[in-house]
Amino acid sequence: VNERVAPNLDVERLSAHHRLMWRIRAFEELALEGLKEKLVLGAIHPSIGQEGVAAGVCPNLLSDDVLLSTHRGHGHTLAKGADPLAMMRELFGREGGNCGGKGGSMHIADFAVGMLGANGVVAANIVIAAGAAHAIKLKRERKIVCCIFGDGAINRGPFLEGLNWAKVFDLPALFVCEDNGFAATTRTRAMTAGDGPSARARSLGLVAEEIDGNDVQAVDLAAREAVRAVRDGSGPRFLHLHTYRLTGHTGADPAAYRPKEEVESRWQDDPIARAAALLESAGVPAKALAAAKDEAYREMRAAYDAAKATPYPPVEQAYADVQDVGDPRREAF
Amino acid sequence: MAVMTYAEASRAAIAEEMRRDPAVYKGLVEEFGTERISDAPISEACIMGAAVGAAMMGTRPIVEMRFSDFALCAVDELVNQAAKARYMFGGQTRVPLVVREPIGMWRSSAAQHSQSLEAWYAHIPGLVVACPATPADNKGLMKSAIRCDDPVVYMEHKNLWGLEGEVPGCLKAAEALAARGVEAEVIDLRTLWPWDKARVLASVERTGRLLVVQEAVSVAGFGAEIAATVAERLHKALKAPVRRLGAPRVPISYAPPLEDVVRVSEAMIVAAAEGLVA
Repeated sequence: VNERVAPNLDVERLSAHHRLMWRIRAFEELALEGLKEKLVLGAIHPSIGQEGVAAGVCPNLLSDDVLLSTHRGHGHTLAKGADPLAMMRELFGREGGNCGGKGGSMHIADFAVGMLGANGVVAANIVIAAGAAHAIKLKRERKIVCCIFGDGAINRGPFLEGLNWAKVFDLPALFVCEDNGFAATTRTRAMTAGDGPSARARSLGLVAEEIDGNDVQAVDLAAREAVRAVRDGSGPRFLHLHTYRLTGHTGADPAAYRPKEEVESRWQDDPIARAAALLESAGVPAKALAAAKDEAYREMRAAYDAAKATPYPPVEQAYADVQDVGDPRREAF
Repeated sequence: MAVMTYAEASRAAIAEEMRRDPAVYKGLVEEFGTERISDAPISEACIMGAAVGAAMMGTRPIVEMRFSDFALCAVDELVNQAAKARYMFGGQTRVPLVVREPIGMWRSSAAQHSQSLEAWYAHIPGLVVACPATPADNKGLMKSAIRCDDPVVYMEHKNLWGLEGEVPGCLKAAEALAARGVEAEVIDLRTLWPWDKARVLASVERTGRLLVVQEAVSVAGFGAEIAATVAERLHKALKAPVRRLGAPRVPISYAPPLEDVVRVSEAMIVAAAEGLVA
């Protein structure tokens, strides 16, 4: 037994987190490759460097629990159990994508695994989450809602409105602020008054915790506890997870608004490398850690290749699922 | 059948639907309790957004926005979320909500409590737009709206709350025209999406004439859609140019004379219709 290892280190659990983080990283690196190859057609927002949040939070949810995510939602979606091939197809706009190729990265959703959608509008998912939790409470179900949003979202009205709503109606909702330091291309701190996300949540009476989001074990522990409390009916909770976005805002953003040295130093805090170091210190062979990475890239490369070989949806699909009434088509004369 | 006012009609429809379906919530506290009929903070965005989330979880929320003007605080939730979820998620979900957005001028309510914004929502794919004008329609359309699996923007006219029976306005004008020997067929569209295009086209084919009347600002109003459709389809059948009658492009005033001058009156309808047959 390595003495440097914390006694509460659950090697099996951390190994699972480590694998999941690699799967997310591999998915997004291949998505970025897809962007270069013009297979991904619209904007994508990578969460490279932030995998500790998705991997620490989402596995604590049951498959019946509901997750709402952001424009930067690939990691959350994968971690909630979505199929990477369907996701890659969605990013490529292909048939068989989670949304039939009609949503793309920013609207990725997989209702079958309780993933009720990424959202292209910052903070918009917070009020939707409040309503989903309201419905769960009305139906007296044991499910909970987990809503992940970024630090930029706390300066939009729906943050206040949704948290207030969840608290006054005592709803089963876990709000997670994934704080990567940037609101799109602006440093959030410079644009945010007061003491930030947790302080605002506490001012509304929510129990809020502030955690190092790149420490996947700490995130897991905090999320596990929060999910249990929310499920037990103690009302909404709030987690503020600090992380760092190692890439630009979008796949095309060189992020010239921050010094190279800053990014380099933040790579030293990569959540995957941190988990790997802990596992290694617990005696997990380097070979096994490398295998987790290789396996993740193999899986995602296969998804990439299969998605690439999938056709676009038939044009008829443009008219499907608009609404039940009225003909949406152009009139023919 | 019981005689009821326009306001009572929608209320009765909601109560009947709530008795029928426990997934419907909103409304009538005494009968249904504070769970299904919930008060809400003045948080339009959250009221609408929560309705979207609740609808995606299998309930049928009815949202009360009080005025269509206030619902503008929740346009993202209605237009970007409710109207889009079914489509952009590839049919994985439906958003069966009804949002009540009363429209129209009533006395001295001025610029922020008087607007008729129906055309905004008719423009948005995914939304249904209903504009009932009689108590009977208000009951029937409300029931249909609640049972509809898509988001419905339900726009009652505030000036009709106390109405029993038929609407004033166009029908009164038609009576006046009849007295002058002009027979006018009045079509109340009831819904703007979908709208009864076939019925309008059939009527214009018969009469060769069309006057579109709306209280909303004429410019880019729904009347323009009707006029354009008729012009595209039936220009050869027209015996007179299509006319539109609506509000000038000004906000609504508080002072009664300033309010009245922008309101479409029966006299204006009569005069415009007579101009078509002159």
